[in-house]
Amino acid sequence: MTGEILATGGESAAPLRRTKADSPLKRILAAFFEDRLAVIGLVVFVLIAAFAVIGPWIVPQNPYDLAQLDIMDGGLPPGETSFSTGGTYWLGTDEQGRDMLSAIAYGLRISLLVAFVSLGCAITIGVTLGVVASYFGGRIDSLIMRVVDLQLSFPAILIALILLALLGRGVDKVILALVIVQWAYYARTVRSSAIVETRKDYIDAARCLALSHRRIMFRHLLPNCVPPLIVVATVQIAQAISLEATLSFLGVGVPITEPSLGLLIANGYDYLLSGRYWVSIFPGIALVATIVAINLVGDRLRDVLNPRLQK
Amino acid sequence: MIVYLMRRIGQSLVAIMVMATLVFLGVYAIGNPVDVLINPEATQSEIAATIARLGLDKPLWQQFLIFVKSALQGDLGNSFVYGRPAVDIILERFPATMELALVALTLSVVIGVPLGVYAGLKPESIGGRSVMAGSILGFSLPNFWQGMLLILIFAVLLGWLPAGGRGETVQVLGMRVSFLTWDGLQHLLLPALNLALFKMSLVIRLARANTREVVTQDYVKFARAKGLSTRRVVLVHVLKNIMIPVVTILGLELGSMVAFAIVTETVFAWPGMGKLLIDSIKLLDRPLIVAYLMLTVLIIVTINLVVDVLYSFLDPRIRLSEVKG
Amino acid sequence: MTALLDVRDLKTHFFTRDGVAKAVDGVSFSVERGQILGLVGESGSGKSVTGFSLLGLVDPPGRVVSGEIVFDGTDLIAAGEKTMRRLRGKRIAMIFQDPMMTLNPVLRIDTQMVETILAHEKVGRAEALKRAREALTMVGISAPDERLKSYPHQFSGGMRQRVAIAIALLHKPDLIIADEPTTALDVTIQAQILAEVQKLCAETGTALIWITHDLAVVSGLADRLAVMYAGLIVEEGAASDVIENPMHPYTRGLIGSVPQGRAHGRPLQQIRGMTPSLLDLPSGCTFRPRCSRADEACLAVPALDTLPGERRVRCVHPFGEPCKENPVS
Repeated sequence: MTGEILATGGESAAPLRRTKADSPLKRILAAFFEDRLAVIGLVVFVLIAAFAVIGPWIVPQNPYDLAQLDIMDGGLPPGETSFSTGGTYWLGTDEQGRDMLSAIAYGLRISLLVAFVSLGCAITIGVTLGVVASYFGGRIDSLIMRVVDLQLSFPAILIALILLALLGRGVDKVILALVIVQWAYYARTVRSSAIVETRKDYIDAARCLALSHRRIMFRHLLPNCVPPLIVVATVQIAQAISLEATLSFLGVGVPITEPSLGLLIANGYDYLLSGRYWVSIFPGIALVATIVAINLVGDRLRDVLNPRLQK
Repeated sequence: MIVYLMRRIGQSLVAIMVMATLVFLGVYAIGNPVDVLINPEATQSEIAATIARLGLDKPLWQQFLIFVKSALQGDLGNSFVYGRPAVDIILERFPATMELALVALTLSVVIGVPLGVYAGLKPESIGGRSVMAGSILGFSLPNFWQGMLLILIFAVLLGWLPAGGRGETVQVLGMRVSFLTWDGLQHLLLPALNLALFKMSLVIRLARANTREVVTQDYVKFARAKGLSTRRVVLVHVLKNIMIPVVTILGLELGSMVAFAIVTETVFAWPGMGKLLIDSIKLLDRPLIVAYLMLTVLIIVTINLVVDVLYSFLDPRIRLSEVKG
Repeated sequence: MTALLDVRDLKTHFFTRDGVAKAVDGVSFSVERGQILGLVGESGSGKSVTGFSLLGLVDPPGRVVSGEIVFDGTDLIAAGEKTMRRLRGKRIAMIFQDPMMTLNPVLRIDTQMVETILAHEKVGRAEALKRAREALTMVGISAPDERLKSYPHQFSGGMRQRVAIAIALLHKPDLIIADEPTTALDVTIQAQILAEVQKLCAETGTALIWITHDLAVVSGLADRLAVMYAGLIVEEGAASDVIENPMHPYTRGLIGSVPQGRAHGRPLQQIRGMTPSLLDLPSGCTFRPRCSRADEACLAVPALDTLPGERRVRCVHPFGEPCKENPVS
C-alpha cells in the first residue's frame, strides 16, 4: 500500500520538456538528467555502491577479524590515531577498538546484498505471477490477486517481523522475509499494466499467429510493464534497505556475526546517549544517504516514466 | 448498501480466517509446536499435560479445530513469562498503543495536509519545493533512526523532553491515557512525532498531488468566478475534495501505524503492544507472539472494514452509486 | 452613452517551456448595456482565454500582457485582486462550458449558492437561501427546496447548467460571460437554455458575451458577432450582417460549414487544413495557408479595417469588395 502511494502519489514539479532525441530511451535519459537532485542522487548511490563492493580491499581493517582489533583503541572519537598501528580512525572506533569506517564498509555490503538479492527474487516471482494472472485471467487471475490483496492489506513490517520471529535470525531468513513481503507489489504492478495490454489488438494478433503462451507473455506483454516496474522497484529497494535495517535494529534481522548497518546502529545506540555519538551516527548517515539517494532517483524516474505526464 | 456491507464483512471474515490458518500452520506445521508452545523450562509432566490439553498428540486437522475453537473463545494460551492468558496481557497494553497511533495520525493530518496543500498550490515556489524535499527525507529516514535523532536532539542535547516511558496517566473510560496530563503529554510528544513523520510525508505527497489536480478543475475556477475569496476557495472547495482520498488512505494506514508502533515503542520504551511483542520475541514467549499476531490481524481487518464503510458515507458520489447498485 | 465594456488591444500570452503561445494577441471590442455579443471561433482561437482575461482568471503560465479592459469606467487590468474579487460574480458573472465540471461535486447546491451571495453581501443565511430559491425558480427548476439540498451528481447536465445560470444571476450582474454553455448539452436542452438565457437577459438588462464555436447557435441570439481566428478578431459586425454577408474568407467558411435547410443536397463546405499552433503561427495573415484567396499581399499582417455600418474586417481580399472604403485618398 505504502509503496504504491509513493510510486504514484506525487508528480513532477514541472512539465517535462520534449527533447529531440530519437529513441525513447535517449529521451528518458535526457529528461532524467535535467533534474539536478536526481543526478546527485544517482552519483551518491553509485559512489556508495562502489564503496560497498570494493570496500574490503581499501578500508584499514577487517572489523570481524578479532586478531586485527586492539582493545586499547576502543571508543576513540573520529580522527584519533591508533595506539597499535599508528593509522588514523577517521570515523572513530567502537568499544572493542573496531574501526567504524571499516565496519560501515562491511555493513553496507550486507545491507545492499540483502536488499538486491531479495529484490531480484521478489521481482522474478512477482512478475511471473502478475503476467500469468493478466494473461490467463479468470480464476487464476482472481486467485493470485486475492492473495496479493490479502497480503498488501497487512503492513510489511508486521509480516516480516512475524516470519523472522518464527524462523529466527539469519541473512538468508531476512532475504526470505523480504521476498515474501515484496513480491505482491510487483505482481500487482505488472498485472495492472499488463491487463491493459492484453486487451489490445496486437496480443490477439500474436494469439492468432499461434505463438506460445510463454512467448506472448514474456516477449510481448512484459516489455510494456517495464517502466512502472522500474519505478516500483526503486521505491521498493529503498523500502527493503530500510526494512532490513529496522528488523536488524529490533534484533530479529541479521545475526551479530554479519552485522548490517541497522545492527551497527543498534549496537551503538547505548553509547549514543552517553556521548559516543559516532558509533551509531555514522552508520546511520550511511544508511540514510543510501536511501535518500535511491529515493531521489526513484522520484525522478517516476516523473520521467509516467506516460500521463509526458506531454 | 446492506448487501455491500454484508459482502464486505464476509471478506473481512475470510481474511481473518486465512491469517489464522497461516499462523496455525506457522506454529504447528513448520516448527515443532511442543517447542513453540511449551515453556522450555517446563518439567516433563507439565509438558505431557500441556500436550494432552492442547491435543498436540492428535492429527493436524483436529489440532486446527481445537486452535480455532479456543481462539474463538479468546483463549490463545498462557504467556510463559507472565503465566497469565496472553490475550489479557496484550489487551492491557492495547490502550497505550492505540493512544500513540491515534495521536500520531492526528499529527500527520494536522501538519501534513496544510503543508501538502501549500506545496500543491505553489509547486514552483521555494517553499513548495522545500516541503517536497522534506517529504522525501521524511520517508527516507528509517523510523528507528528518526526516533534516535529525536531523542538525541530533544532529550539528550536540549533536555526539553523525556527520552522514554509513558509518564503520568489518568484513567478515562477504564483506559489509562497520557495525553491528559502535562507529564504524560511531554512523554507522548516525541514518540507520536516519530510515528507520525513517515505518514506525514505520505499525507504531504497525497495532499499535494490531489491539490494540483483539483485546482485545475473547472469548479475551482467557477468558485473564483463567483467572487469567493481565495481563503474560501482553498479551505472549502479544494480542501473538501482532497480530504476524501487523504482520509481514506490514512484510515487504512492506521493499521500500519499500529504495526510501525513496534519500532517507535521499542526506541522510546513506550509500554504498548509493540514493545511487548519485541520483548516476547527476545524471551521466546511464543503464546504472546501468536496472540499479538491474531489481535493485530483482527484490529487491521476491522479498521479496513470501518474505513471502507465510512468512505462510502464521506463521498456523496459513492453513496449514490452504492444505493443504485 | 459609453459602452459597458470596452476592450482595447488585449494581449494574453502563455509562457510555456516550448515558447510563448499568443492565445490572445490584440483583441478589441466593446459591449453595450443589455447587448448580446457572440464571440465565435474554433477551439484554440483564443475566445475562451479572452473570456477569462476579462475576469482576471487566466492561470499561469498565462497572463495578460498588455491592453485595456474598461468595465463601467474601471480598468480591470490595472485593478488589484481585491477590486476584481468584488466584481466577479457580483457585476460580471461567468457560465462555464461543462456543467458536469463547474459545480463542486462534494458540496451541496445550497452551500454553493449561498456562498456566492455571502461573498458579496452581508445578509443572513435565511435571506440568502430565499434568494437562492428564487434564482432557481427563475431558471425553471421546480421544487427548489428539495433541489437545494441535493448534490450536483443527482442532477442531469441540463439541470446543472440551469443551476450554474441561477448562480450567475444571483446578483443580477451587468455582464455575463457564457463560455460555450450549451455545447455539452443535448440539442433540445440546448434550445431551452438558449431561450431561457435570452429571456432572462432581456428581463434583467444584463449584457452577455456568448462564446461559442457554433455559429448556428449564436446567430439567432446575438446582437453583434465577433469572429476570432488565432488570437485575433477577423470580422465583427451586427449579427445579421455578418451572417448574411460574411466578408472574411474564414467567416464565410464557418457559415458554409453549417448545414442549412436551403442548401439541402449540396455538399457542405469545409475549411481546409487545421487551426495553426499558437506557438508557430504563419507570418502575415494567419489564415493565409487555409485561404483560397491568399496571394503575396497576404504576407503582410492585414489591419482591422472599419467599414460603414459598424463593420470591421481583417482581410486584404474581403468578399463584397465594392463596399470597402479606400483609406488612401
